[in-house]
Amino acid sequence: MDRFTTLVSIACPLGLENIDTDQLIPARFMSRPRNAGYGGFLLHDLRFASDGSSKYCCIDDPACRGAKILVARRNFGTGSSREAAVYALWDFGIRCVIAPSFGDIFASNAVKNGLLPAQVSEADAEKLLAACSADPAAIMTVDLEAVTIAVAGLVCPFAIDPVRRLQLLNGWDDLDLTLLHRDAIDRFRRLHHQERPWAVPARVPSSRISLA
Amino acid sequence: MSPRTLFDKLWDSHVITTRDDGESLLWVDRHFLHEGSHHAFRKLDEKGMAVAEPSLTFGVADHYVPTRGRPVIADPEVAGMVERLSGNARRHGIRLFGLDDPGQGIVHVVGPEQGLTLPGLLIVCGDSHTSTHGAFGSYAFGIGASEVAHVLMTQTIWQRKPKRMRIRVDGRLGAHITAKDLALHVIATIGADGARGHALEYAGEAIAALSMEARLTLCNMSIEAGARCAMVGPDAVTFAYLEGRPYAPKGRALAAAIAQWQALATDPAAVFDREVRLDARDVAPTVTWGVSPEDALPITAHVPVGEGVTGARAAYLAEAMTYMGLSSGMALTDVVVDRVFIGSCTNARIEDLRAAAAVLKGRKAVLPGLVSPGSSAVKRMAEAEGLDRIFRDAGLVFADSGCSMCVGMNGDLAASGERVASTTNRNFRGRQGQGARTHLMSPAMAAAAAVTGRLTDVRSLPPVEG
Repeated sequence: MDRFTTLVSIACPLGLENIDTDQLIPARFMSRPRNAGYGGFLLHDLRFASDGSSKYCCIDDPACRGAKILVARRNFGTGSSREAAVYALWDFGIRCVIAPSFGDIFASNAVKNGLLPAQVSEADAEKLLAACSADPAAIMTVDLEAVTIAVAGLVCPFAIDPVRRLQLLNGWDDLDLTLLHRDAIDRFRRLHHQERPWAVPARVPSSRISLA
Repeated sequence: MSPRTLFDKLWDSHVITTRDDGESLLWVDRHFLHEGSHHAFRKLDEKGMAVAEPSLTFGVADHYVPTRGRPVIADPEVAGMVERLSGNARRHGIRLFGLDDPGQGIVHVVGPEQGLTLPGLLIVCGDSHTSTHGAFGSYAFGIGASEVAHVLMTQTIWQRKPKRMRIRVDGRLGAHITAKDLALHVIATIGADGARGHALEYAGEAIAALSMEARLTLCNMSIEAGARCAMVGPDAVTFAYLEGRPYAPKGRALAAAIAQWQALATDPAAVFDREVRLDARDVAPTVTWGVSPEDALPITAHVPVGEGVTGARAAYLAEAMTYMGLSSGMALTDVVVDRVFIGSCTNARIEDLRAAAAVLKGRKAVLPGLVSPGSSAVKRMAEAEGLDRIFRDAGLVFADSGCSMCVGMNGDLAASGERVASTTNRNFRGRQGQGARTHLMSPAMAAAAAVTGRLTDVRSLPPVEG
């Protein structure tokens, strides 16, 4: 995973609340393989009518071209656990979403793919939206070390779980960390099943032990 | 030991190790997979790793399976998704409830029904409605593809302990008022992110009185309030449900398990981070009018007028109303519906089909409608009880089991602009098809809408003549 330290980019003021993952990527695109890129599916039905014609959506606004930051309102990424929502954002070029709250599963998926969910207060979200709406060319700086967002003379803090912050800063992969605990996992499994024989499904032959 | 909540006990019994930064590695007792797991299997293959615990991993074909014309799958893209799951399950020695399996169904119906879901387990699945399984007093939550891959490779998952929240519901639900109405009432009360970051426990007289099926509906919908997971403490209702389930312990093993499960209750002095108290008598038959499950109101209400509301909230209301084709202030019972869907992991268990059939018996639907049972076993049960005849006689299509029109991946979709009375869990824009309009409600309320062609208070239907 790429490391995330500081992001400098213009920002797109999406400004909607309750942007669910069905809107981030409609279900009908999810059978596609990732290697073709998911960027074209991002917010598809907000951007295109059912006849394929374009509708206005700020992420397509020429003034927002190349923006790596999206600013939204509360409950961004609510709903389905589809990680494809993060793939669509990432493949479109978005590296950070700023909002007053995020769906829990979305936030977790985001970090695992190197995308920063930066949580700000409702008031700061409004200020940031106003700043990048007023001047779409304004450069925003998201500093993950300092945990601040700066744009047009405005500096505001953001919140992120400290563990997730470290993961992003270091580009850690969970699996590497987990494999360090192989022996502990094996020990736990043995004891857990000894103390709770019911936790093993009935009529199923005993499973292979330990990590592959 | 200090007093603990049910969630604390579930958490403690699954921690393998906790890092200095507070992140814990948890053991996973059950891992359910569906067709969406293809991203995760690709990650597994890229690393050249095997599935760590195939015997604790179960596959279910549900998201893409057709509800009609089986076993033929007409759409090659859909067929590819179902075949990919079969191939991955076969390759890794995973028990699959595939398209042709008598145990096939929606994963959150199949798990409980097969006895794979038990109290005290930690259960994950790459689907947000995994919260459903918490109805048994298990710790169950949805995960993304990266986490699915991690669980496949290690049978473990890293988590930070969520906060604890309890919703206590006093009193009893009224006649024709169901767990679905209660769930929508809860979400409207606390908001679609009201339980975000929390493990949610339901308690109180109204919850104790709920059947297992109803508890599953309630825990299922809790993700729509943003909860990380939801649960009900196991009791006699839970234990009775488990008797004779294929994968559940039996006889003396079950008795021994129940003895352990009885300790899975919140200690009287345990403290929650947040408590909400509701009264079941305040819950009416509830429907959604907008594009988030929090946009829910009693059926006797009117579409919000947004009086005195300004700024972003006013814009949200206006956009939601435009999308839904509603005007502010209109009576919900004046909303004309085009189509009915009775199905999904929320409301397609046998009790749900019975409730819908009770309304439809001796009546005719004036709208097209689809009934998709929660599992193939539920379908057989409904047929044995003659419910299939009631649905067909009323003019609805009684089909095979799958996620179907809840998510539309198999092609069961509503047309743009069509309004659906739906027993599903999400009224998001485009969820049931691009431009489709969804109103969430209970099975009895959906059946009532089928009969009148409008959103209807099921309590107001005149009795069937003759």
